[in-house]
Amino acid sequence: MSRTFASAATVDEALEAIASGARPVAGGTDLVVGARQGKAALPEAIVAIDRIDGLRGIEQRDGALRLGALVTHEDIVASTVIRERITALADASAIVGSHATRAQGTIGGNVMNASPAMDTGGPLLCFDAVAVLHGPDGGRRLPLAELWTGPGSTASEPAELLVALEVPAPAAGTGSAYVRLEYRRQMEIAIVGVSAVVTTDADSVADARVAITALAPTIRRVPDAESALLGTDGGDDAIAAAAAAAAAGSSPISDVRGSAGYRMAMAEVIARRAIAAAIARARGEEVPIPASAIGRNG
Amino acid sequence: MSVSAVLTVNGTSYEVELDPHVSLLDAVRDAVGLTGSKEGCDDSECGACMMLLDGKPVNSCSYLALQAEGREVTTVEGLAGGEGLAPLQRAFLEHFGVQCGFCTPGMLISATALLRANPDPSEDEVRIALSGNLCRCTGYGGIVKAVRSVAGSRPS
Repeated sequence: MSRTFASAATVDEALEAIASGARPVAGGTDLVVGARQGKAALPEAIVAIDRIDGLRGIEQRDGALRLGALVTHEDIVASTVIRERITALADASAIVGSHATRAQGTIGGNVMNASPAMDTGGPLLCFDAVAVLHGPDGGRRLPLAELWTGPGSTASEPAELLVALEVPAPAAGTGSAYVRLEYRRQMEIAIVGVSAVVTTDADSVADARVAITALAPTIRRVPDAESALLGTDGGDDAIAAAAAAAAAGSSPISDVRGSAGYRMAMAEVIARRAIAAAIARARGEEVPIPASAIGRNG
Repeated sequence: MSVSAVLTVNGTSYEVELDPHVSLLDAVRDAVGLTGSKEGCDDSECGACMMLLDGKPVNSCSYLALQAEGREVTTVEGLAGGEGLAPLQRAFLEHFGVQCGFCTPGMLISATALLRANPDPSEDEVRIALSGNLCRCTGYGGIVKAVRSVAGSRPS
């Protein structure tokens, strides 16, 4: 089979190409980089989806946010509504790769690459994000917890294309944060990451979500950490208990970035920082989003 | 099988024949003939290949050339104007931001992207923006000084 390249103008054109065996590419920051690193050869048939205008933009619909699959990390960092309402996602996108990665890399590609170390996954999972998949037989909506099935694998069908992510409106009094253990601030992949989304009501924690990154085969929530926060005052003791539970819920691997034992030890530290930052933000305290130099609102 | 395409690089259109797997870097160096952009790591770690794509930074080694058709590609050759080197390029010379020169095209492009988006960056912001551009010889100090020296003096 000879190599082919097509650029789709619409989702239907892309789906047609995908049905006949082509693989989609948008920013290329996973597909092409992976090929350069020898992880997998480039597909023989490629369909570029980066010109499909319908896949762009961050829209508010009935309080929910809809992020088109082509929304870049730079777009996310620059979005006031994301910085204010789903702050943990801005924390994550601000530290993905370098500014070139953030300018080209898309949220759709990031989610479908299904890396257990992806920075944006935990925030999206904690905010109950839903993947909108289109295929030859129409569309379906799949919560991210059901989408990711293992490292690099998803429950999507080969003929399906992710077109958007929907994030329901968080309750009033919600604060969130994503914190990553890193050896350097940029061009880094999480050694350990923790996301926390906390809703406070008067002086107690009314809702809590805690997810772990690079600590399990997929990014996943840790219910024991969440219940350790519920109904508490969100003080140091509750945060410590929740962080310990987050570490206990981890099953990391050893690799070039860190041993399993080191990751386990750091999981608790990073969980404590993420949960504390989410609670502080829920209470209206200023906790800055990491600097990303460009693509911000200033 | 090669595909016919037109690439627009530094304002000039080039008709080229490209294999679908060819990177933007290889297309610009080999098919277009502009060799300012360098191949360092060839997998998006080092930034020596960095170009602007519609004004945004891209690691061209890891971007498919055919995806750039119809977009404006800017390489280091496109930074100098009719009056010679751009202020940023002169600043790199004045502040000793160049030693062997291999990373310089990517550094200049990366800093240009930064200054267009954020005309008066702090030193920390300069360091963050250039973190995807590796240099083996200058130690970065001169490069950061060079970028800072033109910050605030450049139209966005």
